[in-house]
Amino acid sequence: MNQAKAKRPDRGGIVIAVLLLAAAGVIAWDTVNLQIQAVYGLGPKAVPIVVALGFALLAVGHFVMALRGEFPERERMDPTAVQRILGGLAALIAVIGFGGGFIPAATLLFAMTAAGFGRRALWADLVIGFALGVAIYLLFAKLLTLSLPTGPLERLL
Amino acid sequence: MDPFTSLAQGLTIALQPSNLVFAFVGVLLGTVVGVLPGIGPALTVALLLPVTFKLDPAGSLIMFAGIYYGGMYGGSTTAILINTPGESASLATAIEGNKMAKAGRGGPALATAAIGSFVAGTIATMGIVLLAPWLVEIAIRFGPEDYFALMCVAFVTVSATFGNSPVRGLTSLFIGLALGLVGIDKLTGQSRLAFGVPELLDGIEVTTLAVGLFAVGEALYVASRRYLYQETIEPIRGSLWMTKEDWRRSWPAWLRGTLFGFPIGALPAGGAEIPTFLSYATERRLTKHPEQFGKGAIEGVAGPEAANNASAAGTLVPLLTLGLPTSATAAIMLAGFQQYGLNPGPLLFAERPDLVWGLIASLFIANIMLLILNLPLVGLWVRLLAIPQHWLYAGILVFAATGTISAKPSAVELMMLVVFGVMGFLMRRFDYPIAPVVVGLILGPLAESQLRRALSISLGDPLVLVQSPLSATMLAVALAALILPFILRGLGRLKAADGQAT
Repeated sequence: MNQAKAKRPDRGGIVIAVLLLAAAGVIAWDTVNLQIQAVYGLGPKAVPIVVALGFALLAVGHFVMALRGEFPERERMDPTAVQRILGGLAALIAVIGFGGGFIPAATLLFAMTAAGFGRRALWADLVIGFALGVAIYLLFAKLLTLSLPTGPLERLL
Repeated sequence: MDPFTSLAQGLTIALQPSNLVFAFVGVLLGTVVGVLPGIGPALTVALLLPVTFKLDPAGSLIMFAGIYYGGMYGGSTTAILINTPGESASLATAIEGNKMAKAGRGGPALATAAIGSFVAGTIATMGIVLLAPWLVEIAIRFGPEDYFALMCVAFVTVSATFGNSPVRGLTSLFIGLALGLVGIDKLTGQSRLAFGVPELLDGIEVTTLAVGLFAVGEALYVASRRYLYQETIEPIRGSLWMTKEDWRRSWPAWLRGTLFGFPIGALPAGGAEIPTFLSYATERRLTKHPEQFGKGAIEGVAGPEAANNASAAGTLVPLLTLGLPTSATAAIMLAGFQQYGLNPGPLLFAERPDLVWGLIASLFIANIMLLILNLPLVGLWVRLLAIPQHWLYAGILVFAATGTISAKPSAVELMMLVVFGVMGFLMRRFDYPIAPVVVGLILGPLAESQLRRALSISLGDPLVLVQSPLSATMLAVALAALILPFILRGLGRLKAADGQAT
């Protein structure tokens, strides 16, 4: 083990500690603002307060761990891969949110995820994603009678 | 009633053609997701929850259990042939199994894993038959405070005691508990942590959380470090048949693995990693061929694989008799019961014996189906491993999105999916365990309602929690299990400091 390296405060760990503290704060704030009537035993406030306290304690624990450098080494990561997949998910939400329907949304998600995994055949993947989307839509809507978001395309089927 | 009479009645239900079909679909899906890297039984059951909402409860639950068992069988195939196990429970199998495959003995490795899984699964399911009615007898006398104390034990053991870092495990658990608070409080109608978002009033959907953490999180994580690994699939060489020597070395390992797996699975200790590694260590110590360990010893595959399956069966004991899930898959199966308004526990054994015993009986059938699916047809599953990664994960994400919007058709739900996905990615990157989040989400609200029920019966007197000897003992166990890892680590640090000083 490299002692000198291990002792440096871990910035990622400190960010997590701050996030945990923020979670504790949000839960406490939400609980304090509950309008409450008298109940026997424990009301709806007790458990959230315990959870908030737990988060606060864990935040302290994370600060200590970060200062001692007890977090694992993070592996180098490929940010474009993550961005492409998140882009695919954003496209999915946008298309469904604006009423574009399930099939185009699934097509975009499929092609962009494949691109995130290093694939360089966008058109072929769009076709495969489209076929998969149509198949799933037919399976759900016709066979299982479950509703999926519809757009202009789905209304034709 | 005599457990064997109940089991016989259960068999008549499990053997109904429609339930046989459900069991078959379950084990088939389970095998497929077990073989495919990146998806496991927890994710699959979560994806199927919204789809099975309208189906028959008994059939769906039989299918879920089939997926659970099948995932355990299928995981070993991946572990042996490509050395990147689908789930952590197969890590120990991969050590010797992959070496055997490299040495051209992949066939016998797959065979001992499949037959060992069958032997362990059958013995352990028999264990459920014998243990469950007895536990139900005890559990029927539990008051709400006892349930609350038991759930505290489960929280601690699932998150803190057996992980590699209690602080990280507890953080995961508290994330789950906080998510479980979201929505309308059932006792008072107050909305908590909903921030005025109407979609949050019903609480967090199990499907959305599980799919976000397991599918989206895993896809992001694998993509982010894609350049690190080049997976190689070992072709199955050699005959599938085990030699006499292989049999002689395998069967004691199967039995020992079962003995580790079932009790540890049945205790609210959670996870199959501990029994599989215990079994591996034991086989390594007892073997007559120590020179083969590390180079492909068949006992090292037989033992952990048996332990793995026996612990999966063991987890069903607290789930069915107490409604206590101790793994991510069990937690999601509990959500599956809940979606039909069923609450596993002693009452379910009394009210719906047909359903409970039909489910238990179907586990025997599932085991037989899995043996057939996994031995002669293993070559078919191996081909699944040839699906290129980019299409596999793209397909997984499309199915994940489908499952989420069929549970709740709204763009807000998809945004939550992405948030949970990013959370799952970061948790993997920083090495936080995922299962406690799911267990916290599902068990947290149950624990809260038991606690509040206990305290409203006692008119708010908190001493009720320690007046029942059972509850007092379990709370003490939970406290000890919480503090112990910290003390052990402190001692370890002292020893290390000592070692440096001398």
